[in-house]
Amino acid sequence: MTTTTRFKGATGEWEVVIGLEVHAQISTNAKLFSGAATAFGAEPNTQVSLVDAAMPGMLPVPNRECIRQAVRTGMAIEAQINKYSRFDRKNYFYADLPQGYQISQLYHPIVGEGRLEISPDEKDPSDTKIIGIERIHVEQDAGKLMHDQHPTMSYVDLNRSGVALMEIVSKPDMSSPEEAGAYLRKLRSILRYVGSCDGNMEEGSMRADVNVSVRKPGEPLGTRTETKNVNSVRFVMVAITSEAFRQIELIESGGKVVQETRLFDPATNRTRTMRSKEDAHDYRYFPDPDLLPLELDDAFLAECRDSLPELPDAKRARYLAAGISAYNADVLTAEVESALWFDTLLETGAKPAAAANWVSSELFGALNRLGKSFEDCPVTPAQAGELLGLVADGTISGTIAKAVFEKMLESGDAAGVIVERDGLKQTSDTGAIEAEIAKILTANADKVEQYKGGKEALFGFFVGQTMKAMQGKANPQVVNELLKKALG
Amino acid sequence: MAIDQATVRKIASLARIAISDAEAAAMEGELNGILGWVEQLGEVDVTGVEPMTAVIPNQLRLRDDVIDADPLTGGNRRDDVLANAPAAMHGFFGVPKVIE
Repeated sequence: MTTTTRFKGATGEWEVVIGLEVHAQISTNAKLFSGAATAFGAEPNTQVSLVDAAMPGMLPVPNRECIRQAVRTGMAIEAQINKYSRFDRKNYFYADLPQGYQISQLYHPIVGEGRLEISPDEKDPSDTKIIGIERIHVEQDAGKLMHDQHPTMSYVDLNRSGVALMEIVSKPDMSSPEEAGAYLRKLRSILRYVGSCDGNMEEGSMRADVNVSVRKPGEPLGTRTETKNVNSVRFVMVAITSEAFRQIELIESGGKVVQETRLFDPATNRTRTMRSKEDAHDYRYFPDPDLLPLELDDAFLAECRDSLPELPDAKRARYLAAGISAYNADVLTAEVESALWFDTLLETGAKPAAAANWVSSELFGALNRLGKSFEDCPVTPAQAGELLGLVADGTISGTIAKAVFEKMLESGDAAGVIVERDGLKQTSDTGAIEAEIAKILTANADKVEQYKGGKEALFGFFVGQTMKAMQGKANPQVVNELLKKALG
Repeated sequence: MAIDQATVRKIASLARIAISDAEAAAMEGELNGILGWVEQLGEVDVTGVEPMTAVIPNQLRLRDDVIDADPLTGGNRRDDVLANAPAAMHGFFGVPKVIE
């Protein structure tokens, strides 16, 4: 169980209580209730249908894929799936909301209670905590406003209007910025495995509303504030810290926390109050008369369940069972692309532990250096499998394998071809190795004396010299044995 | 449930409808009349009756995830969408500056 972070105030220690509402854009071609496209970065108002612009007489018809992805996401967090759900209207006026209401699900959400296991301490993945999830509901996104293009006007782009969102509401189960960060990373990872959201926070595909309150240890919950639309894991963590200290200072100086909506300003790392009118939260929800209740049958749910991939926790457990280190298992499963790539590598017959080491050091290193990712990986799992196979069966040494890998990256040639062409095969030819050892011992008679006099660290020097003389191609084990014999 | 004039004014303000004091007074009576009439439904014993959302058996229809399958509910019609906008500029709707 992870320990609660205590915030130190003037009157002693405080606990912070955190809940997150994550808005995740559902990855679909078309919008939630219309056929307009959802692609990011299109010309303004080109992806707007008459439904999204709320023209009179237009009726919403839900996109089956949005429903399917919400259900699959619910299943991935072991949540209750509600076979009966309903859409409601949340009424308010704003320039980015042509309908004058957002279609959402207040009373009967599609997904009920679920859970997420997080490990806030990256150094100790076994230190886990369960974060409860209250619900997931499906709703429409609003349009985008731009305020800096004209002196007196704001510009409205409705391309995002009507795009499907999942709102994933956690319980107030997090008690430190680190836990909130771990929760967001884990949630993002699961969404990307499931394929229900691309998790791209820069493009706004995932953003969080952060609920924060503070209390003295053991006391009941304090009044919370909600900081809206925070768009990176780091900003969420900073916003929590800043908001917790603001509340602590406020209470300690005799003030009271007001339940309100706040904004996070990344420039100052502080939250500030959002100027809102009274009654702003009086949304007068009611069931949307344009939409019948959404009823899901068993066949639909079965298809959703059957189409779920192996999820990060299951994959991690499988890797650990195969002898892969906890660190490597974490690194490999964090992103769906690396995990899938690695699974394909294992299918080539590569030994799990050695393959994991190679991917997490050599391949990650190369990708970093080349500025590439697993999506445009310069080597295929099959090519890597061949290279690792050559090491496993003793054809080449680990050191030579590094050089071969470099040549693979440069030329695109297969490992076997490079080894054959450049004559890199490892030799266990004891005659050749012994001949080199003899030369080295003669040339370094002084060091041989020192070694025999007890300076055993020099053994490494002899190994190095022998390997150098053999151009790295000698089998290291054979070299060790022969050297020990020669040095008597 | 009875509503007073303050509630009438609040609802009007939430709906962005301007009403005069005289209208609010008239509306108070009208709305209370409507609510009282609807409240008669409360006299019906509905124990054990499932709520009904449509009088004929009907299921919510779903669409396939296909872009612009039907031009009527698809995108790529910016000129149509902006046609009635009082101030369309550079492909955007222009509205009086709203900023928090």
